[in-house]
Amino acid sequence: MENRQKEIDKLKDYKYGFSTDIENTRAPKGLNEEVIKFISNIKKEPQWMLEFRLKAYERFKQLKEPNWQKPKYPNIDYQDLYYYSAPKSMDDKPKSLDELDPKLLETYKKLGIPLQEQARLNGIAVDAVFDSVSVATTFREELIKQGIIFCPISEAIQNHPELVKKYLGSVIPLTDHFFATLNSAVFTDGSFVYIPEGVRCPMELSTYFRINASNTGQFERTLIIADKGSYVSYLEGCTAPMRDENQLHAANVELVALDDAEIKYSTVQNWYPGDKDGKGGIYNFVTKRGLCKGKNSKISWTQVETGSAITWKYPSCILKGDNSVGEFYSIAITNNHQKADTGTKMIHLGKNTKSKIISKGISAGFSDMTYRGLVDISSKASNSNNYTQCDSLLMGNKCGAHTVPYIKNKNSESNIAHEATTSKISEEQLHYCQQRGLSAEEAVGLIVNGFCKEVLQQLPMEFAVEAQKLVGISLEGSVG
Amino acid sequence: MKEQLQKDFENTIRNLSLSQKDIEIKKFSLDNFINKGFPNRREEDWKFSDLNQIINKNIGELSFYNDYTSTNKVDTSVFVDGLVHNKIVFINGRIEKIDFDYEKKDQIEIIDQSEIINKFENNNSLSDLNSAFNNKSFKIVVKKGYQLSKPLIIYHTTNSKIWSKNINLRLDFELQEDSSLRLIDLFNDTSEKNFLNIFYNFDLKENAILKNYKIDKIENKNIKYSFNNIEQNKNTISETFILSSGSNFFKSEVNCNLKGEHSSAFVNGIFSLDKNKHHEIRTTVNHLTENTKSYQLIKSVLEDSSKAAYQGKIFVNSDAQKTDGYQLSKAILLNKDSEFNAKPELEIYADDVKCSHGSASGSLNEDSIFYLMSRGLNYNQARELLINGFLLDVVEKITDSEIKNLIKNMIGIKE
Repeated sequence: MENRQKEIDKLKDYKYGFSTDIENTRAPKGLNEEVIKFISNIKKEPQWMLEFRLKAYERFKQLKEPNWQKPKYPNIDYQDLYYYSAPKSMDDKPKSLDELDPKLLETYKKLGIPLQEQARLNGIAVDAVFDSVSVATTFREELIKQGIIFCPISEAIQNHPELVKKYLGSVIPLTDHFFATLNSAVFTDGSFVYIPEGVRCPMELSTYFRINASNTGQFERTLIIADKGSYVSYLEGCTAPMRDENQLHAANVELVALDDAEIKYSTVQNWYPGDKDGKGGIYNFVTKRGLCKGKNSKISWTQVETGSAITWKYPSCILKGDNSVGEFYSIAITNNHQKADTGTKMIHLGKNTKSKIISKGISAGFSDMTYRGLVDISSKASNSNNYTQCDSLLMGNKCGAHTVPYIKNKNSESNIAHEATTSKISEEQLHYCQQRGLSAEEAVGLIVNGFCKEVLQQLPMEFAVEAQKLVGISLEGSVG
Repeated sequence: MKEQLQKDFENTIRNLSLSQKDIEIKKFSLDNFINKGFPNRREEDWKFSDLNQIINKNIGELSFYNDYTSTNKVDTSVFVDGLVHNKIVFINGRIEKIDFDYEKKDQIEIIDQSEIINKFENNNSLSDLNSAFNNKSFKIVVKKGYQLSKPLIIYHTTNSKIWSKNINLRLDFELQEDSSLRLIDLFNDTSEKNFLNIFYNFDLKENAILKNYKIDKIENKNIKYSFNNIEQNKNTISETFILSSGSNFFKSEVNCNLKGEHSSAFVNGIFSLDKNKHHEIRTTVNHLTENTKSYQLIKSVLEDSSKAAYQGKIFVNSDAQKTDGYQLSKAILLNKDSEFNAKPELEIYADDVKCSHGSASGSLNEDSIFYLMSRGLNYNQARELLINGFLLDVVEKITDSEIKNLIKNMIGIKE
């Protein structure tokens, strides 16, 4: 009984902290060629895919784990991880949602993501990824009518090999860096999106990632291709159960925007951040990169990062096409012992390219937050522009906020402007709010929401509301 | 390079009367340098300027031994006119003249500490190189309550007698309570292809004021590195101004440790570069206690295929509440081949602080040019006027009016 009470108390802090008791199929522990073959085999992958993986693995063996980042973490034993874990009921792929294991449905319901289509009114198509597999993708038929492909990437490998072959690894090459290469070798599932020429995707597409099994690394891979003149808005959400050990999440996300296409990618990342003493939590080491391949294309990243013990990622844009646009809007909140090293890279290659970076960092408790970003205007990128603004808010003197921008301008016709400030919530603002009857905590919530507004506005409606609440929850207990 | 270093090292210490222990310490520094070599781009602090490559490309084989047995004639024509000043003259790295004619003799002490080894706390290999090879180093102490009536100019002169040489200099300054010093470093080179490696250490006791102006204006093909470490106690002020323009490569580093309350540090700099010059300024301001202030302003004007880099870091310790830190870098790129890189960094562990930085780079404002031309100026006049105004902003930050005028005349900025 006492234990149960403890459980409940714990859940109050992180409401997605429950785990689902479900039978799993796992790959043998460890990382080696056999495991990679096992994954490839279980996914019934064609030979070229297996070769892709093995090539990545060969490369991975030569790479050294990077250690330049600000948040240090204990050594990860890559041989002590499971690289594949899937609910047993998924062994024979259920044909429809009705055949899906009720336990899974239950889990997603608890997370607030009902998978039954009739239950959904807000018109968001969801791809739900549970540990290493995609368990359900909704609204697929409706999307197919318009020629939009939205399915787990493992299905895309089988059904649309020509697209996958062409674009997989074209933005994040096999040889990119330690975690990206690891992902290329062992990625298990993720979403695949293809928007055909001239189509404006009628609904928000979304992936919901859930880590359930313990001792498992989640390596998903998302590939989004927006063909000429198309538009898509894509959402990503993540949660994980509360466990005492740290879990690794190393995903790769690749976006390709062709001529006149636009991709809007939003993330609300709420992985388990560890407990108050910094025990447990997810290591979120994700590689996200978008390529504005065609002219007049646009990629926009929006992220709300509240979870994870360590967040280490830089969603980037390569602005290759002339007149292409890259945007990055970010809110990162760290509390307790969380650490984040996040930011973006804007690489201007084409003419008349524009980029905009708005980053808001909030650190409280004993946490540590770093904005690290690169703006690189190459000598060929004439008449390009960048505007960067990164603001940090500190709460207490046990936490840290850092800004490390790299600014490179090699073109005299291009302009870069960068601003950064660090401050705390002013006593006056607090006083004003409290005078009007708000509690200290409510007042802080209000002020922080105002601080983040520029970024929150970028989120799709349904997400914005949730994100706003999340901002408040993440900072609970940081005042007073 | 290793054999060369060892051979030159043997020659260098032969001319010094060092104890066995001191030789050991110097040897240790040498070994450190041999292990690490010149800094390269793989080191974060040298990301934008790969010194190893620059030396290889521009100098090739360096020799580290300098024969300081014979004196050089001091060429008085290089002395600054119109400003009465004290002098220290270095010629080809050899100290030729120390002259505090205008000051009370008992208020300034000059200690020859060539035979005292004190390691410089700096984690790059150039400090090891300096410790291993510098052969004469002085400590200049300004006594309690004394304020120098005239500025001190240190002439760094090199002439064509040296070629492919590495010169290592080291000076220490102690400014005791309530003292003040105005110091100008004037570089004057007619030599080519040498590498100058200069380390200064300043210790500012309570209420001391230091003003340091580094002027690298005269065209030359040398490669220079300068490191200033400034320790600041209570109520001290340090002002550093860098005019980075003449050398082929010049990296100036300034490190300020604000250890005492109400201490403040000001670092201002101008890059005015052309051809394929490559200069860098790197500053680190460490706010270590409450109520300290720092201000930095760096402006660049880049012609031809020149390259400038600015790395500025503001560090705020968790005890350093009420810190005020500001940093701004602006660059005008005048040619399509010019390049400006910046890394303005904030590392903050205290919450009651006001810290901000800004960085902007781009072309000359066409609207402003248009405006001036519509008032009857031609393009070149308009351009010059705008650049002058842009740079004047930094020069105006100099708090000493005598020296401000001197510098204005030197770079030909008219008001």
